[in-house]
Amino acid sequence: MTKKRVVLTFPKDLVSSPIIYHLVKDYDLVTNILRAQIMPDEEGKVVLELDGDKSNIEKGLKFLKKQSIHTELLGQDIKIYDDKCINCGACTSVCLSEALSLNKKTFELEFDRSKCILCGLCLNTCPVKAIEITF
Amino acid sequence: MNRTYAEINEKIKKGKAVVLTAEEVVELARTKGVKKVAEEVDVVTTATFGPMCSSGVILNFGHSDPPIKLQKVWLNNVPAYGGVAAVDVYLGATELSEISGLKYGGAHVIEDLIRGEDIKLKSISEGTDCYPRKEINTSINLKSINQAIMINPRNAYQNYAVAVNTSDSTIYTYMGTLLPRMGNANYCNAGQLSPLIKDPLYRTIGIGTRIFFCGTVGYVAWEGTQHNPSAERDPRTKIPYSPAGTLCLIGDLKKMSTNYLRAASFYGYGTTLYIGVGVPIPVLDEQIAEAVCVSDKDIYATIFDYSVQKRSRPKLGRVSYEQLRSGEIEIKNKTVKTASLSSYAKANNICKELKNWIKSRKFYIQEPIQQLPLDQTFKPLAETR
Repeated sequence: MTKKRVVLTFPKDLVSSPIIYHLVKDYDLVTNILRAQIMPDEEGKVVLELDGDKSNIEKGLKFLKKQSIHTELLGQDIKIYDDKCINCGACTSVCLSEALSLNKKTFELEFDRSKCILCGLCLNTCPVKAIEITF
Repeated sequence: MNRTYAEINEKIKKGKAVVLTAEEVVELARTKGVKKVAEEVDVVTTATFGPMCSSGVILNFGHSDPPIKLQKVWLNNVPAYGGVAAVDVYLGATELSEISGLKYGGAHVIEDLIRGEDIKLKSISEGTDCYPRKEINTSINLKSINQAIMINPRNAYQNYAVAVNTSDSTIYTYMGTLLPRMGNANYCNAGQLSPLIKDPLYRTIGIGTRIFFCGTVGYVAWEGTQHNPSAERDPRTKIPYSPAGTLCLIGDLKKMSTNYLRAASFYGYGTTLYIGVGVPIPVLDEQIAEAVCVSDKDIYATIFDYSVQKRSRPKLGRVSYEQLRSGEIEIKNKTVKTASLSSYAKANNICKELKNWIKSRKFYIQEPIQQLPLDQTFKPLAETR
């Protein structure tokens, strides 16, 4: 079993097709939509986490390409600057996926990258601008 | 066992004083009891590191040639107040840049000064016989100016609110981002580490008290603005349930460190300054020993609904700091995630640093020259016609 995070760009004419349904049904993949922006008659973007058998993930990605959906591995990442962070914890209560938390003993900030869904809510919440999203 | 200030300072001088941080004393009381603390401990170091809007610096630049009376003044495009003598100005933490808006303000200029950076000074003036010059554009830095006195009208609040938002949309406040339908709850106090929580009736913290102030030595100058000792108190611990006493603090910005002072910008609200304050509490008697041993589970804060844009916000209950620090609380049968705006970790570091200062005989305990008032209230502004 393996996990991959990809950014899918849907052409206009495909935004109403049930693409993710096929990933689940035909390739036995667990899909988790981290972010999606799909408007009728506009190009759509979905940030998707795929969880499943390695070969199935590859087959699924091939299927997406065949549908002329542009796919690329997610390169975005959250970066926390330790020298700026004051360990207040303001970011933790807006972090709905609980990737950011304060250590219960030291009360210092901890970041669990695997839980982060890159929603970006923490960026503006940080009073000292210690969190950035990188591309 | 009773002790005097002189006895405690003598022990410090001889390197024999028993100094514990607020966290350590809570732990000692839990395992050995308050009596043991009263018998053995001389000083407890308390601290807080949080956003304190009512902060700023008095700067004196010296005179240019020909001289100017600085009337309208900008530092890195942030307006400063020049309505005092010719080259004295006051720069407040929440004043905003006329160019960068909410992102850069007086707080950032203060932090940049400590970092040793050059700051653009611009001023215009009427021009008088003694101060003929009408305009100046130059740069200054912390070394080039005469004084940089930090004087903060209101710091180290004795307790603070827990903020939630019951409306249907996100609001951006000085208590941080508050998510709709009580999506989160923000609080802002160091709880069991906090100076005025550990000396609830201001027995040892008063005018003249020597403190740790953003990495250097500072003093309590006066009661802080909005000082409100009459707030409702827990009958057992005497700790107020909501914001109460405050301190006006003074110190030398030239000796401060960015480890303990940090500019901040709250999204949709503006700028403020994180201030690190440490206060030693001498354990003079058993009553003080009892007060310094109170732990987060016996310190309560009141939950307020910040979506109501009124002077008196509705109260939604009371929670202990132990509950707040656990990461979630219950409000009206709903589990709500909590976060602090003040930093417990930083406050704890300040407690340790101040303890080191005392242990290494760099810092002695100053008895207050005058007590803080215990009998006044915080009046609202009545609008007259």
